[in-house]
Amino acid sequence: MRIVLTSVYVDDQAKALAFYTDVLGFVKKKDIAFGKSRWLTVVSPDDPDSTELLLEPDGHPAAGPFKDALVNDGIPFTSFDVDDVHAEYERLTGLGVRFTQAPVEMGPVTVAVFDDTCGNLIQIAERSGQ
Amino acid sequence: MPAGRVLDRETWRPSRLTCKYTLAYLGPVSDVFQALAAPARRAILDELQERDRQTLFELCTRLTMKHGLELSRQAISQHLDVLESAGLVITEREGRYKFHHLETGPLRAIFERWTV
Repeated sequence: MRIVLTSVYVDDQAKALAFYTDVLGFVKKKDIAFGKSRWLTVVSPDDPDSTELLLEPDGHPAAGPFKDALVNDGIPFTSFDVDDVHAEYERLTGLGVRFTQAPVEMGPVTVAVFDDTCGNLIQIAERSGQ
Repeated sequence: MPAGRVLDRETWRPSRLTCKYTLAYLGPVSDVFQALAAPARRAILDELQERDRQTLFELCTRLTMKHGLELSRQAISQHLDVLESAGLVITEREGRYKFHHLETGPLRAIFERWTV
């Protein structure tokens, strides 16, 4: 058994694809018509055969309240690893990304949290030691 | 006393979350002492002093990672309610986000009361 896919619930797939590729820097891997929506995944250009991130429509009635409750408490449901959190913070802030948590060192990791414009908070983490 | 902010019933804003209106109006200053009595709540103020304007998530992470406090999110939320009732923390809603601020006005009133 292998983990090859994880998802974020997005309010608009086209907007999400633009943000996750143009702003964050991921690349599109799969884009397949799937009923009214798309089976749309992105991967890291550094590791294209690794876990895919599915940009999944948040149409289910439970998804909205779930996402709102997480955002209200500042909770990122998804986390990505980066080499340098401070550099990413500067880069993304320069591109207009809104952070709810600037970089802060929490023991072995330095983390920051931003809004993906699709209804989610995302954490980026830099691991200083293993 | 400068603004007399803590004791001024016109400007006093009890917590909207806890709705402890009676408690807040009866004794804001004694609320401050109660609020400061718990180590976890003092740790929250320490962290807000280091960086003002934090989400509940950031505060929870800091208390766990930096203070080794094994508290649930609900428990931390309740501690924040107590601090807010005492006027030591102010929550600010900005769109879908909610941030917590440190408010030192109540501490200043105590300090000025007993300072020679």
